[in-house]
This record gives sequence, C-alpha cells and structure tokens, in this order.
Amino acid sequence: MFAASRRVFPGFNLSVGYTLVYLSLIVLIPLAAVIIKSGNLGLAGFWEVVSAPNVVASYKLSFGAALLAGLINALFGLTLAWVLVRYTFPGKRLVDALVDLPFALPTAVTGIALTALYSQNGWVGQYLESLGIKVAFTPLGILIALVFIGLPFVVRTVQPVLEDLETELEEAAASLGASRWQTFRHVVLPILFPAILTGFALAFARAVGEYGSVIFIAGNIPMVSEITPLLIITKLEQYDYEGATAIAVSMLVISLLLLLAINGLQAWTAKRTGRRA
Amino acid sequence: MATNTLSRFEKNAASREPGWFKWALIGISLVFFAFFLLLPLFSVFAEALRKGWEAYWQAIVEPDALASIKLTLIAAAISVPLNLIFGVAAAWAITKFDFRGKHILLTLIDLPFSVSPVIAGLIYVLVFGAQGWFGPWLDAHDIKIVFAVPGIVLATIFVTFPFVARELIPLMEAQGCEEEEAATVLGASGWQTFWKVTLPNIKWGLLYGVILCNARAMGEFGAVSVVSGHIRGFTNTIPLHVEILYNEYNFAAAFAVASILALLALLTLAVKTWVEWRMHAEIHASPIIELQQQR
Repeated sequence: MFAASRRVFPGFNLSVGYTLVYLSLIVLIPLAAVIIKSGNLGLAGFWEVVSAPNVVASYKLSFGAALLAGLINALFGLTLAWVLVRYTFPGKRLVDALVDLPFALPTAVTGIALTALYSQNGWVGQYLESLGIKVAFTPLGILIALVFIGLPFVVRTVQPVLEDLETELEEAAASLGASRWQTFRHVVLPILFPAILTGFALAFARAVGEYGSVIFIAGNIPMVSEITPLLIITKLEQYDYEGATAIAVSMLVISLLLLLAINGLQAWTAKRTGRRA
Repeated sequence: MATNTLSRFEKNAASREPGWFKWALIGISLVFFAFFLLLPLFSVFAEALRKGWEAYWQAIVEPDALASIKLTLIAAAISVPLNLIFGVAAAWAITKFDFRGKHILLTLIDLPFSVSPVIAGLIYVLVFGAQGWFGPWLDAHDIKIVFAVPGIVLATIFVTFPFVARELIPLMEAQGCEEEEAATVLGASGWQTFWKVTLPNIKWGLLYGVILCNARAMGEFGAVSVVSGHIRGFTNTIPLHVEILYNEYNFAAAFAVASILALLALLTLAVKTWVEWRMHAEIHASPIIELQQQR
C-alpha cells in the first residue's frame, strides 16, 4: 500500500515505519477495540442500548446544543475575525492573543468557572435569576459552555482568508455601483464561506464530544441535561462495558456522518463559487 | 498598544464601512469577548482568593494537591516528547516523500481530534482493563495500566497526538525540499541534513506545536478521568483534583488549584504569541521565502 514513487531523501523507511507503528499502537488498535467489543452485543442488543429513551434524549441534547453553539460561533466568530483583520482599535493585539484562551484553558477550569458565574448567586446568574432565566444546571448552561470552547475555531479559520483577500474585488464591485452590503453579500461572503464552514465543522465536532466544561454546569438531570459522553461514563461506572461501547460507537458513527455531510456541503459551495476550500 | 495607523482595508474607500458601523461591530465583538472570555478567566482568580492568600496557599501546598501537580508534570514529561518525535517523523514522511495512502494517513493522524475525550479513555479501558483484551494477562503478571499512571499517560498521549504533526506538516510543505536537496547533493547524510538544515527551519513551528501539546496534556480532563480511578494522592492529576475539591463543596480550594492551570494557560498564550511574532519577523527577514511569495 505504501509504495514510494520518489526517494530522493534518506529516511523513508524509518519515518514512514515509525509513523505507522506509533499511529497503530496509540490510535488505531485501541479504536478498533471499541468497534470489536460492540459486536459482542449483537445487533438487537446494540439497538436496545442505543435506542433507550435516556440515550435518545442525550443525542438530541448533545447534537442539538453542539449545532446551535456552532451557529452562534459562526456568526460571532466571523464578526470577531472581521474586526480583528479590518479595523484598528486600542487593545486589538490583546484581544487577538486571548481569542485562543478556550484552547489553552483546561476544560475542568472552564466548567467550574462558568458554573460559578451562572449559578443563582454568581456574578451573572443573580441578574439573570431576577429576570427569570436559569442558566446553570439547564440545557442553556450546556450551550454557554459549548459556545466558549468552540469560539476560536471560526475566528482562526476565517482570519487568514480575510487577511489574504485583495481589495481589488471590492473596488470592482463598488465601481460597478454595488452598495457595501451587496459587495459583502455577493463578493466577500462567498469567498469566506468555505472557511466559515470549516470552522463550524471543527467547533461542532469538538462540542459533540466535550465533557469537562459541560458536566459541572449541566447539572446532569436524567432526560433533561445529560450529555452523551456522560452516559458513557455512567455505564462504565456500573461496569456495563458493552453498553458504554455501544453508545461510544453510535456517537462516532453519527459524528462521522455529520462531518461527511458538512464536507459535502463544503465541496458543493466551493464548486459553486469556483474556489478551492 | 493603541495604534493610530489605519489598516489597508480602512484606507481604501471601496473596502471600508462607515464609522458608526465600524464602531458598532467593534463594540459587539468586545462585549462578546469580555462576556464569554474575560469574565470566566477573572472569576477563577476572584473565587480562588475569596478566602484570602493564606487559604489559597494552603490549598496548593496540601499533600494531595502537590501529588496531583507531580503526576501532571510526569504525564506531560512523557507524552509531549513522544508526540514531538512522532510529529517530526510523520511530517518528514509526509512532506519529503510521495506514496500511496498519504491522504488516508493525514486523516488518521487528525483522528484523535474528532474523538470525544471520554471515548479516548474508554478505548484503553477496553484494551487494558480487567475485562479487556490484555486484562487477564496483565493481571497475571501484576502489571497495572488502567486506574494507574501508565493509563493516564496513554490517554494523555492519545488526546495530544496530532498537535506537533499538525503544525509541522503545513510548514514543511510550504518550505519545500530545495534546501534539503542542496544539502544532499553536497554530500550531507540524512541526519546531517535534518539537524543542520531542516531543524533550524522548523524550530519555531516545532516550539509552537510543543506549547499547544503541553497545554492540552496538562489540562486534559475527560480522557484522564475515565482511566484514572480517582485514587487521591496517587492517580489524580491537577484537573481531577480540582473536580474532587469542587464536588466536596470546597470551592475556594478548587479554584485555588484551578488558578494554577489558568496561569499555565495565560503563560501558554504569552509564549505562543511571542513565537508567532518571531515567525512573522523571520519570514519577512528570509530572502528565500520573500522570493517565493513574490512568485
């Protein structure tokens, strides 16, 4: 399978061999264990686990909240990237550096910090409470945690594309009488769209599997705010390895299908706008 | 920090928006930024110091907290170098050679990023746990992997697997092979070429990948939580210790220990920004890349 067609440099066998062995030992063989283990249940047993009402409720919550968080991040990520590339304002470099905070801050820290902020006597929670809005220990809290951890993805995928954008296109549009909004809508946005989709897909994939930042603020109420990764942990704690594995496999399959769909959409928009994604 | 110079987009009448629109957009962004990013960060330190410096210091020098710091350092000290070597080998294999299956390999390297951390922990329980593939054999030989330090290290390696490779592959792809080809033609051996030509070219990208890899290794929670077994003082990393304190309603101590991780995150961002500036400066100083950009 891995036949070299060009070997100018030394180190082909060493580097490719090492890469494959390490990849297999750490990633591929253990991941195969999940797939094989889930086969122990048989098709009927597998279906029984993954179609249980609390599991189905967790899929709706995990995938629904991840999609919504991805959309919010697409909108605000685009705005933030636009402001960082196109405008100059005091404190810009600080904002630019701190955008990556969700990548650097451990998820457990994010989780307890958000819970403290949004609980009923927290800095933000007490004001929302008086308005009748409950965030901590509800699905809304999960959404806030997922928006936090997904924020950098769209900003960092859109930013380089915006930076490389030449002003000629916008000049041409303006000289042909397009308004600023028309130029944005019909000239700039189609160019940015594949990058926005990529960022959205990355944020979504991260949010679906997220655990640390969510479990503290979610409250983990069965059927209401239990995310799918938590169910895997619950099953493991009950020594139900088959059940945990079945949920894990179903989650991997759904994520894979959704990412393939997003990739397809990306290829389609790229073709339509005649640009490479 | 304030700059009065306008960006090239603002100088051009065709690519600039009216002033009110610009400031409205900046305003929205800053409010969103302050609300979603700054506020949680500040709250960590505020909660940590709620009971004063004395209580803060006690929470950190407490034996279980120190044990968790030690374990986190050990896990990072093993997993980061291993992923560094892998990242360099993978980047060399992918950017210096053409072979079939290259795209599949690229996708597989990225795979750990799209797997939930909980599943990353689960797979090692299935392989090495009591009911797993090697469970009975390991048990017979009295080797513990799951619910012990080796399991924590393995889970950490898995979640930080792609970081270095991912930074190096696009960088080495962009730099091309000309300099290495010249070295080879002049009679340098493979290792000489690597140490004297490739490594100096990729050092900033390498450092960048290592910093991100280390931040994730020290902060990983979900995957480590599954394989740790939560044995206080023995298999608890810093994030797991934070969770235990928090669940015991010992909030001030939980936030005190969490503040170490928050400081680490700030340090990571500072070094990362510094590396980005260096890379930027070097690209503009390098005649070869300058030339390539003009082409």
